[in-house]
Amino acid sequence: MGNIQRFPHSAKAASTNPLKMSQPLGAALAFLGVDRCMPLFHGSQGCTAFGLVLLVRHFREAIPLQTTAMDQVSTILGGYENLEQAVRTIHERNAPALIGVATTGVTETKGEDMAGQYSLFRQRNPALAGLKLVFANTPDFSGGFEDGFSAAVTGIVEEVVQPSETTVKGQINVLAGCHLSPGDVEELRDIIESFGLSPIFLPDLSLSMSGRQPDDFTATSLGGVTVERIASMGASELTLVVGEHMRVAAAALELKTDVRSVFFDRLTGLEASDRLVRTLSELSGRPVSAKLRRQRETLVDGMLDGHFFYSRKRIAVALEPDLLYAVTSFLADMGAEVIAAVSPTQTAVLEKLKAATVMVGDHSDVETLARDADLIVSNSHGRQGAARIGVPLHRMGLPMFDRLGAGLKVHVGYRGTRELLFEIGNLFLSREMDHDEHSHAHGHPHRDGHEHGQHCGSGSCGCSAG
Amino acid sequence: MLQEKLQDVFNEPGCSTNQAKSEKERKKGCSKALKPGAAAGGCAYDGAMIALQPIADAAHLVHGPIACLGNSWDNRGTKSSGSQLYRTGFTTDMSELDIIHGGEKKLYRAIKEIVQQYDPPAVFVYQTCVPAMIGDDIEAVCKFAAKKLGKPVIPVMAPGFVGSKNLGNKLAGETLLDHVIGTVEPEVTTPTDICIVGEYNLAGELWLVKPLLDEIGIRILSCISGDGRYNEVAQAHRARLTMVVCSQALVNVGRKMQERWGIPYFEGSFYGVSDMSDTLRTMARMLVERGADKAIIDRTEGVIAREESRVWRRLEPYKPRFDGKRVLLFTGGVKSWSMVTALEGAGLTIVGTSTKKSTKEDKERIKKMKGEEFHQWDDLKPRDIYKMLRDSEVDIMMSGGRSQFIALKAKVPWLDLNQERHTPYAGYDGIVNLCEEIDKTLSNPIWRQVRLAAPWDLKPDAKPDSRPVGA
Repeated sequence: MGNIQRFPHSAKAASTNPLKMSQPLGAALAFLGVDRCMPLFHGSQGCTAFGLVLLVRHFREAIPLQTTAMDQVSTILGGYENLEQAVRTIHERNAPALIGVATTGVTETKGEDMAGQYSLFRQRNPALAGLKLVFANTPDFSGGFEDGFSAAVTGIVEEVVQPSETTVKGQINVLAGCHLSPGDVEELRDIIESFGLSPIFLPDLSLSMSGRQPDDFTATSLGGVTVERIASMGASELTLVVGEHMRVAAAALELKTDVRSVFFDRLTGLEASDRLVRTLSELSGRPVSAKLRRQRETLVDGMLDGHFFYSRKRIAVALEPDLLYAVTSFLADMGAEVIAAVSPTQTAVLEKLKAATVMVGDHSDVETLARDADLIVSNSHGRQGAARIGVPLHRMGLPMFDRLGAGLKVHVGYRGTRELLFEIGNLFLSREMDHDEHSHAHGHPHRDGHEHGQHCGSGSCGCSAG
Repeated sequence: MLQEKLQDVFNEPGCSTNQAKSEKERKKGCSKALKPGAAAGGCAYDGAMIALQPIADAAHLVHGPIACLGNSWDNRGTKSSGSQLYRTGFTTDMSELDIIHGGEKKLYRAIKEIVQQYDPPAVFVYQTCVPAMIGDDIEAVCKFAAKKLGKPVIPVMAPGFVGSKNLGNKLAGETLLDHVIGTVEPEVTTPTDICIVGEYNLAGELWLVKPLLDEIGIRILSCISGDGRYNEVAQAHRARLTMVVCSQALVNVGRKMQERWGIPYFEGSFYGVSDMSDTLRTMARMLVERGADKAIIDRTEGVIAREESRVWRRLEPYKPRFDGKRVLLFTGGVKSWSMVTALEGAGLTIVGTSTKKSTKEDKERIKKMKGEEFHQWDDLKPRDIYKMLRDSEVDIMMSGGRSQFIALKAKVPWLDLNQERHTPYAGYDGIVNLCEEIDKTLSNPIWRQVRLAAPWDLKPDAKPDSRPVGA
C-alpha cells in the first residue's frame, strides 16, 4: 500500500458541498427506531424542518419530529418554558411512549442546563412520571450525525434499561449503529433468529422505517423496539455492539446491567460475517443453518467471480466514519485500492482505515482526490461532483434521495456482502463491456500513463479476450 | 438594527392584510406565535435562502454551524439555464472554537477563498442563529471583504429564530433593495423591460412563460430570482414595470421599487388559464401606459386567443375522465387558487381547501367563488385529513411534500404542488401538465392492487375494500 497520507491538513475556511450532517439529526434517527416515540429538537423551528425534509427524502416515509420553536426572546431568556410546553403538548396530543429531546446549536450556545431542566421537569410534572423522557446533548457545532446517534442511544440506555437479577436464555441485545440500514437490521434479525436466539435491537429501524402501512393515522413513530423491550435488555445473555460509535452506549449498558458485550467493528465482508456466525453459534450451541451455509458458499463463489473486476481498482469513499470503515475494508478485501477515504468528522475508527489518503473533509475534497478514480462511493450529495469529473458514483449511506428503497439496502452478513459485491462489481463490469464495444484493446494504458492490469484473459467476464 | 428592519417589513402598506389591521395588531407583526411541540415549517433563514438562492451565478455562503446548510443543501428544484454555482453549498461550518473566539475571521477567510477559487459576480452571506447570538458582526465583515476583494459581498440578515419562512422571504427582499438593486446599469434598455419578483423557476416554470413574452415582445430585464443572474437583479431598477408573483411574500420589493424609481407594479400569477391571460393583458396595458408601442396589446391578444383555444382543446380529453372526481386542496397559500378555475374547467370538483395561511379577504373571495357550502378548514389536523381520505370523501389530494404520506398511507392518490416537484405547472402548457399528472396518478392501476387484502386476511365473507378506484 506504500505511504498512507493521514489527515492532510485542510486549511479551508469554507466547507464546500458538506458531507457532514448535524448531531441532532443523528439523534432523531436513533429515536425513530423506538416504538411510539416522538423526537423533539430543542431549537428554532428551522432546525427541525431541515432535518425532517432530509429524512423524508431518504426514507420516503412520514417522519415524526417536533420542535420547541425557540424564538429570539426565549433563546436569550432561556428555553425551559418552551421545552416544558412542547413536552406537555406532545404528551397531550400524541401520548407517545418516549419523547427524545435533542439540543441544537441554538440552545447549546446559550448553554441550557439539560440535566437541571430534566430534574425540574420531573419535579413540576409528577403526573407525567410514566412518560419516558430522554435528553441528549447534541450541539450542531461539534461532532456530527454519528455522534448524535450515539448520544441518543446512550441516553435511551441510561433512561430506560433496567438491571435484572435473572437472565432470559437466548435473549441477546444488539446495539445497532447508524451505519446499519433498516434492511441491515432485518438481515441481522434473520441471521440471529436462525440460531434460535431472540434479539432486541436498539434502535430497531427495521420495524419503523422500512415502509409501514398503518391501519390508522399515527403521529409518532410506528414500530421500532418498544420501551418495555428496551427495559428488559438487562436480562439478556449477551450484547452485540456493532460499530465504533456504539462503544459509549455499550459501556453504559454494561455498567447498568452487567451483560457481557462483544464488539464488531464491521459486519460486511466474509471474515467479518464468519466472526458473527461463529459468535452466535457458540452462544446458542446450535449448528449453523443450511441457509447460512449456502449463503457463505455463494459469497465465496461471488468473490471468485468478481475479483477480476475489483483488482487494483482505484476507489474514493466518502461516508460517515463507521460505514466508511466497513466499505473501505470490504473494498480492500476484494483487492481494490482505496485512494481516498473522506470522513465528515474526526473519530477513532479513522486510525484503522486502509486508504492512500485519509482525511476529514467534504464532497469538494472528494472531487479533488477522485480525479483519476474508477469509482466514488458516497451518498447522493456526491452526484454533482462525480458528474463534473466523470467518475461513476455508487450510492451508499444517507441521504440517498435519488434512489428508491434507500432504507432497505443490505450490506451485512454473507448475503448483504454478496449484494454489495455484485452491485459495485457490475459497475466495473459494465464499464469494461462498454469499453470492449468501442475498442478491443485490453489492458489499456490508464489515464495517468501507468499500465493497469484490467485483463480478463480468463474469459471470466464473458468476453473472448485477446 | 434587525429589529427596525423587522418592524419595517411588518408595516407593509402594499399588503392588504396588513392595512386591514389596527395599529396595535400591526406592531405585533404578521408572524403568529408558534406553539412549542405543535409547530411546523421552516425558519426565516430558510425563507431567505429560498428567495435568493435561485440567483445562479452568485456564491451563497451560510455562516453558521453545520445543521443550517449540511442538512439542507441541494434540496430545492429551482433551475438555471447557465451557471450552476448556486447548487454548490458553502458554509463556515462553525465549530466550538469559532463560537468561543467568534467566527468573523473564519467568515472573512471563507469569503476570500470562494472569491479566489470561483470568481462569482457576488457572494451572499447568510446570517444564522448561532453567530447572531454570539454577536458576529457579519455586516462589517461583508463590508470589509467587499472593499478588500473588489466584489459585492452581501449580508443577508435573517437568522432562523426571528420568524417564519415568509418573514425570511421579506427580509431577503429587503437585502436586495438595500444592497443589490440599482447598483448596475444595463447596457441597453427597451420600453418593454419588466422585472418579475417572487418567481423561482421551480421545475423550470419560467421557461413555460418566457417564450410567450418573447413572442409578444416583452423583455424580462430581471427576474427575482428564478434563473437569475446577479447583474440582472442589480439592474432591476431600470425596468418599466414590476410584476409581483406570490404576492404576500415579496410585495415590499415591488412597492419600494415604485417609491424609489417610480416603477409601477402589479400582482399577478402564472397559474391557471384566466390568471395567466389576465397577467399578460395587465403587463401589456401597463407597459403601453408607460410609453411602450401600442402594438404589443394586439400581439398580446393574439397570443392569448391562440393559447386559450389551444389549452381548452388540449384539456377536452380529460373532461370525461375527470367527471365526478373530487379534489382536496391542502396548501396554505392562495396561489393554488389560481389553478382552481382551470381544474374545474377540466371537469374536476374541488371539495375543500385549508385556509390556514389565507387572509380574511382570501376567505371571503373563496366563499364568493364557491358558495357557503364549500369546506374551508382553518386548522385541519393530519388525523382529520387521513380520516377524510380513508372514508373516500375525496379522490385525490394535492398538497406540499410533507403531507404526502397522509394520502399515500391512506392509499389515496396524491400530487405535489410545492417546491420539490419536478413538473412545471405555470402558464398555459403548465395547466395541461398539471391535468396530465392528475390523470396519470388517478388512472394508475396500483390503487386497486394496494387496497387488496393480504391472503392471510381473506375471510370467506369479507368485503373487498369498496372504495372507488381511479378512472
